[in-house]
Amino acid sequence: MEKIIKNMLNHKIKLAENLFEKPEMKATRDGYGEGLVLAGKENKDVVVLCADLTDSTRSIVFQKEFPERFIEIGIAEQNMAGIAAGLAVSGKIPFISTYAVFCPGRNWDQIRVNVCYNNANVKLTGAHSGVSVGPDGATHQALEDIAITRCLPNVVVLAPCDAIETRKATLAASKIQGPVYLRFAREKTAVITTDRTPFEIGKAEIFYEPENPQALIIACGPLVYKSLIAAKELEKDGIKVMVVNSHTIKPIDEKTIIEAAKICGVVVSVEDHQIMGGMGSAVAEVLAKNYPVPQEFIGMRNSFGESGQPEELLEKYGMGVKDIKEAVKKALKRKK
Amino acid sequence: MTEKELKKIANIIREDIIEMLVEAGSGHSAGPLGMADVFTALFFGDVLNYNSKNPEWPERDRVVLSNGHICPVFYATLALAGYFPKEELKTLRKIGTRLQGHPHRGSLPGIENASGPLGQGLSQAIGMALAAKMDKKKSQIYCLTSDGEHDEGQTWEAIMFAGKNKLDNLTEIMDRNNIQIDGFTEDVMPLEPLREKYEAFNWHVLEIDGNNIEAVIAGVNEAKAIFEKPVLIIAHTIPGKGVDFMEFDPAWHGVPPNKEQAKEALHQLRTLGGKITGEHE
Repeated sequence: MEKIIKNMLNHKIKLAENLFEKPEMKATRDGYGEGLVLAGKENKDVVVLCADLTDSTRSIVFQKEFPERFIEIGIAEQNMAGIAAGLAVSGKIPFISTYAVFCPGRNWDQIRVNVCYNNANVKLTGAHSGVSVGPDGATHQALEDIAITRCLPNVVVLAPCDAIETRKATLAASKIQGPVYLRFAREKTAVITTDRTPFEIGKAEIFYEPENPQALIIACGPLVYKSLIAAKELEKDGIKVMVVNSHTIKPIDEKTIIEAAKICGVVVSVEDHQIMGGMGSAVAEVLAKNYPVPQEFIGMRNSFGESGQPEELLEKYGMGVKDIKEAVKKALKRKK
Repeated sequence: MTEKELKKIANIIREDIIEMLVEAGSGHSAGPLGMADVFTALFFGDVLNYNSKNPEWPERDRVVLSNGHICPVFYATLALAGYFPKEELKTLRKIGTRLQGHPHRGSLPGIENASGPLGQGLSQAIGMALAAKMDKKKSQIYCLTSDGEHDEGQTWEAIMFAGKNKLDNLTEIMDRNNIQIDGFTEDVMPLEPLREKYEAFNWHVLEIDGNNIEAVIAGVNEAKAIFEKPVLIIAHTIPGKGVDFMEFDPAWHGVPPNKEQAKEALHQLRTLGGKITGEHE
């Protein structure tokens, strides 16, 4: 039985073989640190700025390797975004590092005017996103960052699903011209992809692909893993679900989403973010215009988080495996 | 250029400002008029390294305008310096123009940064100064700020950072005209003692008469000679300088002249306040 279920994974994209048994656990922010060093080795113009969170954002890894290209800003995220814009228009490729509640939260106006309106080649990063930050509580759980970045012109928005994909996304961001926002999580989460899994900005990948799927889950960030578990468990209930990893929220992969919606007929979007304005909203915008199908939204429902363990919080606020499964069933009931 | 020639250029810039504003029907009057002498000194007083025919020249000095609302004086200066045709000044604030109500980088040659929301220019200038240091380039970075925007907290984040990092290739010129939209700066939110505040943040501070072109040139040249510290030049200016009914009046901060007022303003500028007979009248 296990073997058959494993075959539902899209083997073309070389996902981790031990995914459902004993996945490697690693925080996406660790992938950021590794990606920064790779980017720094490939391009001497890559510089990293940090606002007094060098260790926990993992920019410390770059600092150790390239101290002359690391700039400590202090607790001043607005200044950090402005300085980065000045560096970028002078030919540098600055990555700015802090928590997502501070960037793009605290410094949104500077991102809007200095980075996006200037079309400056700044890479914005937000660590510790989502309610799954855990015990730090609501002030530190960024649940709005996707909404407030994807509405800005010129910026690319990325929410990688695991540490390996984050490493690739960081390197890829350094190679494209223009503003990029990258979203990371605090906790160790399952490593889903491998070095051989393709990653291309703007290209969503089908991770779970049963024959004749009845429903589609589109997820981003570490909740892609929860979505895969939900899909696998739903298989036991006789419900076949396709799972797509939409790491690029802007520009969203319209082609893959529309094609998958045509095959599946109903959609559930899954993200550790406010439902309003998030990745699910981006999906709904695409489908409403091109191929309307019933959609259910997994995400934060117009409330703040609180302190707690990440898993407890995901369950309390309706973003656990059980909630994803229920949403799929609810969506299926709406199928015409 | 002689002092007389420089004064003539400043006067042309002021006339252009009035003509642009009355044509646009909106915009700021006092700040641009007050800063015409500083812009004249920078671009025509043999101070800046720039090439208007090659605006992206990597070795150029940078002029970062932080208080974007005074852009009419910047636009008029850039046109006179050959960055773009002077006729384009009349398109200020009109649809399709490169002369946006607040500057947009990428639209108009010579504009290094978008600005408008206050308190953000100094941070961007710092980024440029850091990049020049990393690349061992000799470019000097000039950041033009207003006194009023020192109400913004980010300004002080930037001042602290520049002091820590000894950015001696950074010169800030503050337009100390004592007005902001709601009134006089010392009534709205007192800024003094400005010199002591900057010195406490490890800056070198100069104070000059910002409406004396020779004094501006001397101040900027002195700033170039200061090492190990960023330099602030507090340029004391008269808001609305050159048009008597606008001078010192906060009411003229954010409004343009109407046609009658513009006629009177141009008359005053063209006759140097009644001292000579206007050439164009």
